Amino acid sequence: MTRTEVAIVGAAEAEVNWTTQLSAVDVMAVATHRALADAGLRVTDVDGVFAISPYFWMPSLTLAEYLGVQPRVSDSTNMGGASVVAHVGHAMRAIQAGACEVAVIAYASTQRSDTGRLVTGSDTLPYERPYGPLFPISSYALVAQRHMYEHGTTRGQLAQVAVTARKWASLNPSALKPEPITVNDVLASPLVSDPLRRLDCCLVSNGGGAVVVTTADRARRLPKTPVHVLGTGESHSHRHIAAMRDFTTTAAVACGAAAWEMAGRGPCDMDVVQIYDAFTINTIIGLEDLGFCPKGDGGRLIEAGTGPGSKLPVNTSGGGLAYCHPGMFGIFLLVETVRQLRGECGARQVPAARHGVAHAFGGVFSGHATVVLGSDA
Amino acid sequence: MTTRPAPDSRGPGRAYWRSGADGVLRLPRCTACGRLFWYPRTHCPHCGSDAIDWVATGGRGRIYTFTVVRQSPEPFFAARVPYVVAMVELAEGPRVMANVVDCDVESVRIGMPVSVLFEDLGEDIYVPLFRPAVGGAG
Ligand SMILES: [Zn+2]
Repeated sequence: MTRTEVAIVGAAEAEVNWTTQLSAVDVMAVATHRALADAGLRVTDVDGVFAISPYFWMPSLTLAEYLGVQPRVSDSTNMGGASVVAHVGHAMRAIQAGACEVAVIAYASTQRSDTGRLVTGSDTLPYERPYGPLFPISSYALVAQRHMYEHGTTRGQLAQVAVTARKWASLNPSALKPEPITVNDVLASPLVSDPLRRLDCCLVSNGGGAVVVTTADRARRLPKTPVHVLGTGESHSHRHIAAMRDFTTTAAVACGAAAWEMAGRGPCDMDVVQIYDAFTINTIIGLEDLGFCPKGDGGRLIEAGTGPGSKLPVNTSGGGLAYCHPGMFGIFLLVETVRQLRGECGARQVPAARHGVAHAFGGVFSGHATVVLGSDA
Repeated sequence: MTTRPAPDSRGPGRAYWRSGADGVLRLPRCTACGRLFWYPRTHCPHCGSDAIDWVATGGRGRIYTFTVVRQSPEPFFAARVPYVVAMVELAEGPRVMANVVDCDVESVRIGMPVSVLFEDLGEDIYVPLFRPAVGGAG
């Protein structure tokens, strides 16, 4: 018995690659149909549509039209990369209220194939515009620099995040960058926006994904192990980096705390952890702000080990740094957590994983969403 | 483009961008709660009041954090790499974004004292920049 009585019952990705002939809505639809098939459901069961994509002004409308669905609940909330993780909370509340029963949550981008044709993040702040910060890396660099100054986080610790991501990716047959790298490789890659270097950055790929959310009651009648939504949280503290109040502590603190409280569980209960790693500093700050270690100790926690075989497996797909990164990585945090908690992850499977947390950053450490999931509830 | 991208200077930002005409950096202050803030807004982000006036700062502060930008897709900035984008914490409290100029980018450090200067873009826009201060943060 879970307090939320809501579960994720289907998960899938599509077109995780460097080149594709499909459009972003094609990819969203393919992922959605795969996730429904994974759930043992059909598109005619869907009465809630949640979607985000930088390609569409009204993503849930675009997806629902393509699917042939007239939903009772529709949500295109845009919190950047945190959107689809926030949508899990929105879908949970809609289902609890009886507003819909089967919700799909989808994302896709074909930005790798379309490079140069899509401008994202174009609503720049007039107070940043004359100074030329590189979007989005300079924002993360400003945070990383301050974190190193305040907490003694080292360049080597940042590099270790990227090295560990490649280790996980080497165990994921779908990962786009499974080749191993060393700390020295990262430190030898070109500086882009100090202190961040090229290998501190996520990939630029195509890809999409979807999950299906329904009642726990209906989930028990479906073929696969339900992955229960135990807790959710969302927040944002700013939109543009110039307006960030504290450059080393994010709204993940409040967002994570809300999810832990709803779940009645905490960091020490988690078997797997997924944190949106657009840049190496993200994983370090995410671990701190979600409570896996005290503020400032994230770099040391990374050095202690978050790779395959460690006690704290983080970003087991290879993450945005090594698995894929089609503009926003949130949906892949959810897909990976669901698969880990079902025991479907093959060589990278964390043994007996029953509880997992997914935390997504959106914008520039701006938007936040946390979901705590469990498969034995 | 060989000129610096101009900000949208409509509305409450107008006083900020033209402040440098006399070499003085001014910030908005809420007369209801007394707090200074950045960036300029129609209402105070601390208490919601629209009673805003503008006060002169000493134009001095310290670097709170910074990054050295090594590449840019924009011609104006590409011609100037490497350059420093910093958040400067003014002596009066608020932090502002600006470039740090007139120094070796490798010498920039968090905590470094800086003082304001302005780049005249024409059309009554004076972009605040900072350079290493002589004689401390003041
Ligand atoms: Zn006020």
